Amino acid sequence: MTHRMPVPLGAAPRFNPSRQTRVLPGFPLALGYTLVYLSLMVLIPLSAVFIKSASLSWPEFWAIVSNPRVVATYRLSFGAALLAAAINAVFGLMLAWALVRYEFPGKKLIDALVDLPFALPTAVAGIALTALYAGNGWIGSLLEPLGIKVAFTPLGVLVALVFIGVPFVVRTVQPILEDLETELEEAAASLGANRRQTFTRVLLPVLLPALLTGFALAFARAVGEYGSVIFIAGNIPMVSEITPLIIITKLEQYDYVGATAVAVVMLVFSFIMLLAINLLQAWSAKRTGRNR
Amino acid sequence: MSIQVEHIHKSFGSFVALDDVSLDFPSGALTALLGPSGCGKTTLLRVIAGLERADSGRVVLAGEDASDTHVRQRRVGFVFQHYALFRHMTVFENVAFGLRVKPRRERPREPEIRARVMRLLELVQLAPLADRFPSQLSGGQRQRIALARALAVEPKVLLLDEPFGALDAQVRKELRRWLRRLHDELHITSVFVTHDQEEALEVADLVVLMNRGRVEQQGTPIEVYEQPATPFVYGFLGAVNTFHGRVERDGLRVGETTLAHDSAPLAPGVEAIAFARPHELEIVTDPDSAEGIAATVSRLLNFGANARVELDSPASTADSGRPMHYEVVLPRDQVQALGLVAGQRVRLVPSRIRVFEHRAA
Repeated sequence: MTHRMPVPLGAAPRFNPSRQTRVLPGFPLALGYTLVYLSLMVLIPLSAVFIKSASLSWPEFWAIVSNPRVVATYRLSFGAALLAAAINAVFGLMLAWALVRYEFPGKKLIDALVDLPFALPTAVAGIALTALYAGNGWIGSLLEPLGIKVAFTPLGVLVALVFIGVPFVVRTVQPILEDLETELEEAAASLGANRRQTFTRVLLPVLLPALLTGFALAFARAVGEYGSVIFIAGNIPMVSEITPLIIITKLEQYDYVGATAVAVVMLVFSFIMLLAINLLQAWSAKRTGRNR
Repeated sequence: MSIQVEHIHKSFGSFVALDDVSLDFPSGALTALLGPSGCGKTTLLRVIAGLERADSGRVVLAGEDASDTHVRQRRVGFVFQHYALFRHMTVFENVAFGLRVKPRRERPREPEIRARVMRLLELVQLAPLADRFPSQLSGGQRQRIALARALAVEPKVLLLDEPFGALDAQVRKELRRWLRRLHDELHITSVFVTHDQEEALEVADLVVLMNRGRVEQQGTPIEVYEQPATPFVYGFLGAVNTFHGRVERDGLRVGETTLAHDSAPLAPGVEAIAFARPHELEIVTDPDSAEGIAATVSRLLNFGANARVELDSPASTADSGRPMHYEVVLPRDQVQALGLVAGQRVRLVPSRIRVFEHRAA
């Protein structure tokens, strides 16, 4: 927002950035602070990972990151994280819907329970899940006769990742859902739309940006998750090992360079996926007219 | 197509929103549901639309009992106060929505959808804005789009819930003239809810006055304005002057004087309340005249074609014992001829009053 002095006829209006007055003050300070903070807390530690791994020659680097055992962990880590985020997107949306739209006894309690996976030490979550889903656990003993093994399989990894990702989708979708007027649904119904059409054509497009944000957060958390997974995964090479475990294993063997090489691959891959989700989110937000 | 509602009851918890409401909305007419907020008018409209279920009673649309049908099947066009446009769709897609969600067998082909939507956009004079998003439109434009969207499915009746409620005064006036013209073109049976009496009287063919979940009066704008059936209607439609008194054989006793009236006879001795419009009062400058009630001019608002004179009368007191406040509208030259000034003692003579039995609320 610029205030311009009246310009005498004949004189070209000149743009003078130093004379700009902003409605919101403190822009240079805020930007400076943001950059310093981001550098100290995020960029410098991350670049250290790249610098460390740069001590490897390209063939050495490639040999480490393309080791079949390591490649198998990428598949599990990213595959399970994507699947867990997708499951959370669906069920998190349902949970948020129930919490926003209906009144029922114990609603406040359930609302508080949603955040529990945030607060619980991940190792506790891992041990609890393992105890439940192991062959002799409460749930595991019911599933075992059906031929479904959860603990110490990739399925166990998925369960742990779903568990820790629940709050992200619920908490991002909930406020949007609260702001959504029921009039929109009534309007759609009066125009002849059935419930499915109302959901897919009216509600989902409005919820999609928030849902994608929740999905991205749940995905990012799941990719980096270590504590809760290692207990339930069983960590069988080529089957149920996750990438963070490979990194820890290498660190324990004092193979710092090898650990950072795998970390670089993870970082780059995660960044690309998050960037893609963010672009998708920005595109859908634009489509819903929120940025206008 | 006509709409009938029969003995509709609806309550929310202990609050009774509709109390035995029966109404007949004639085919092709534009009817206003008028009343203060909380009188049940919006609830009635929502019951007719099927957005709300009545606790008991029937809704008959075009001769068929529609009480148990879903809003989807009722084929009513509904326009919301806050537009309820789909913000992620363009204006065109908003209007096309009702056609696109039809079952495949009934759905028109794409070129026909296109033609119908554009025809509707022409009708609401917004065809050039077809590719805009709702957030890029003004309030008045949004409401016209909402109307076009409701009309796209060729509804049997059109229901509008405070359609101009969210707009500023200038746009409101323009839009209600436009709605009247549109109705004269389409002749679709329409019901709109409003709390603005001027809007109801100006736009509607028929006015239904509601208060506390009940229908107070139903009639043409002239009928309800000229012959209000209840004290509530009198007070709600336009400015009004009130007299409290007791019925006597030769008139209404107010303080020291008796006012003549021609209303339906009430038994002598009954406590009564009487009304007169501001233009139905005359001012007599002789303070000792035997006619009318004593009053003091408190303020003169002398501008426009008519002047407004505000007076206080200690002779006629309300239940609270405070002096009554009166308002008289006179042509300006008459104020000058009478030589009225603030503080002057005069007498007020009603040319016409209507008397109702006074029931303590």
